[in-house]
Amino acid sequence: MQSLKRTLLPIRFRPHLPAGQDAEFGAAGDAEATGSAIRLEGLTRLKSGARKSDPAPSRLSYRMQRWMLTPGIRLGLRIGVPFCLVFALGSGFLASEKRRDALNAFVADVRASIQERPEFMVKLMAIDGAGSNLAADIREVVPIDFPVSSFDLDVEQIRQVITGLDPVRNASVRIRPGGILQVDVVERQPAVIWRTRGGLEMLDETGAHVDDLAARGDRSDLPLVAGEGADKHVEEALRLLATAKPLGDRMRGLVRIGERRWDVVLDRGQRILLPEQRPVQALERVLAVNEVQDLLERDVADIDMRLGARPTIRMTEAANAEWWQSNKTSGNGQ
Amino acid sequence: MMTDLYQSQRAMRQMRQQAIQRGVVAILDVGSSKISCLVLRFDGSGRLSDDASVGSMAGQTGFRVIGAATTRSRGVQFGEITAMQETERAIRTALQAAQKMADIRVDHVIACFSGANPRSYGLDAEVELETQVVTEAEIGRVLNACEVPEYGAGREVLHAQPVNFALDNRSGLIDPRGQLGQTLSVDMHMLTVDSTAIRNLAHCIKRCDLELAGIANSGYVSGVSALVEDEQELGAACIDLGGGTTSVSIFLKKHMIFADCVRMGGDHVTGDISMGLGVPTANAERIKTFSGGVHATGADDREMIDIGGDTGDWEHDRRTVSRAELIGIMRPRVEEILEEVRVRLDAAGFDHLPSQQIVLTGGGSQIMGLDGLASRILGQRVRLGRPLRVHGLPQSATGPGFSSVVGLSLFAAHPQDEWWDFEVPVDRYPARSLRRAVKWFRDNW
Repeated sequence: MQSLKRTLLPIRFRPHLPAGQDAEFGAAGDAEATGSAIRLEGLTRLKSGARKSDPAPSRLSYRMQRWMLTPGIRLGLRIGVPFCLVFALGSGFLASEKRRDALNAFVADVRASIQERPEFMVKLMAIDGAGSNLAADIREVVPIDFPVSSFDLDVEQIRQVITGLDPVRNASVRIRPGGILQVDVVERQPAVIWRTRGGLEMLDETGAHVDDLAARGDRSDLPLVAGEGADKHVEEALRLLATAKPLGDRMRGLVRIGERRWDVVLDRGQRILLPEQRPVQALERVLAVNEVQDLLERDVADIDMRLGARPTIRMTEAANAEWWQSNKTSGNGQ
Repeated sequence: MMTDLYQSQRAMRQMRQQAIQRGVVAILDVGSSKISCLVLRFDGSGRLSDDASVGSMAGQTGFRVIGAATTRSRGVQFGEITAMQETERAIRTALQAAQKMADIRVDHVIACFSGANPRSYGLDAEVELETQVVTEAEIGRVLNACEVPEYGAGREVLHAQPVNFALDNRSGLIDPRGQLGQTLSVDMHMLTVDSTAIRNLAHCIKRCDLELAGIANSGYVSGVSALVEDEQELGAACIDLGGGTTSVSIFLKKHMIFADCVRMGGDHVTGDISMGLGVPTANAERIKTFSGGVHATGADDREMIDIGGDTGDWEHDRRTVSRAELIGIMRPRVEEILEEVRVRLDAAGFDHLPSQQIVLTGGGSQIMGLDGLASRILGQRVRLGRPLRVHGLPQSATGPGFSSVVGLSLFAAHPQDEWWDFEVPVDRYPARSLRRAVKWFRDNW
């Protein structure tokens, strides 16, 4: 009978599983219902069951959760607390002198061990583009005890020291793979020789000092300038020298007069006095006159071009006397 | 007393505005069988478009549900809190779960409850306009001219909504502001409840470290969500069959004009089953939910149901009962509830409304065949209602049992004008009486 009834049952309850906090609640209720075996244990069990069956959070946990959901608190916990912790630990650790020194030593050790790896060591200096004298000078002004770590080399400072040398127009310094300190130098090329009371100097086209010279004959290919302040106007001097090319061998040099204008000095003591303004044009005029009238071949001591409107010629003593002589003859009424 | 009401309701309104400005508010429905909580985020979107045309969501998209939780209610009977501690714990449970889901802390809560003997009053007043133009101050004046009935000590006004304005002979004005006329009259619906219930609820919520930002009657808010727009407009009754109470609310012209509550609900059906079959309440609830009904057919005689039990007596625990028997237990109680609802509706004059749509909602409306029974008792036009769909509402909270909580969130986003939303005219203030005294002095000396 019972089994027949059972087969007639169309409705079967699915196990109803509540979700969320109610699940706990339901589970607690079930435990109470099925746990009939331990019912005799009495009050303590009942109490714990009652506590378990309440899904409500305690006031404390509720407040705690609300606190944790507050944006400020969350930010504080995420950033403020770790920061404070790290700060406190750090300052606690560094409070002792001994530990601080140990830390510094450790850091220095680590630094040194990295810097002194063979990959970072510079073993020699290669200098390109400099003559032997200059190379020796460079080695003198950059005193480095090789091998040295590339971390200890201040390449820019070395470059400035090398560029500070007179014969060096510019330089580039770099550390080449393979531990080589590569120095590429462009030397200054001497353009003129400047004779001063102190001796002979070679200047480049900008007037910068290149080197001293023992004798004029050592560099007879270079033109000569003299006079105070000549080194500041080397560019103009070079233009004048280029203009004076037709004079050829007769050219002796240029003299700076009064630190303001040039004289062209030729052999036989001849001079061309050039004006301050437009000296090249004045020289060209003289050369043009020379071309047609052989002015410089004559017995002329100075050609004064200082006043452009009135070029003046000073003749030599002998020519002067001769000129007087011939004039006297004709003055006799011949 | 009047100013007291004004102040407390205004404080709540201010709190609500503050909460909406902050963007997060909790919605709490304290029912007799479950407490459900939603966490809403107001993102400012979904307002009416610039040309004031209604979009696809009818302006109901200003918020999004970001957290939802439901827990078994404890300590609530007939929609009223009877055990404060228990209820507080249940509210805490629901709130904690909802906050956890939303992952945000909520500080303001808008609550609704169903019981506490709601009583409706119709108020009206008529004033002569001073300037022949209806201004906001004039509306405040006419609202204040309403004769407040003696609703008794220990009761408090929960809602007081102007439902109709009439200007001279034109009635049915929704918003008379700016119109011209001589006399302005207003009809107002006022709902009072026992103040102890409100106070208990407020205390429970305060104990949970929350601010009460609004309070509503659950019959009203379930009507807001379960009735569609034309039903609200043409006249309909929303019957929310809850656990401990059955709320009745009547809507006309998109305003609630009547609300009442029958102190019987689904729990009473469960109790009847429990008593009739001699099973625990949990079993009775389960049997009711899975195989309950109100219409017996021939097949139901053969359909046997395990009713279970946990006495340890095998014969006792293996009892079965036919579904027809179960229906025989449930039906009289359901009929009784519906009859009672019918009495309330008749008392409210529901049969005079142009449209007499009845919408059944609430957890109890899921009883199989209820709509057929209800149409016999209440009238032909009965349908089952489910809450409006709102953004982000989880699937588990879309059943008819959640119509009041969904309606409350709609209410929070788009509250109706209440009495206290209008400024009190100046002659209510004591400053005015002082000025009058000064004037009297000046006139007489």
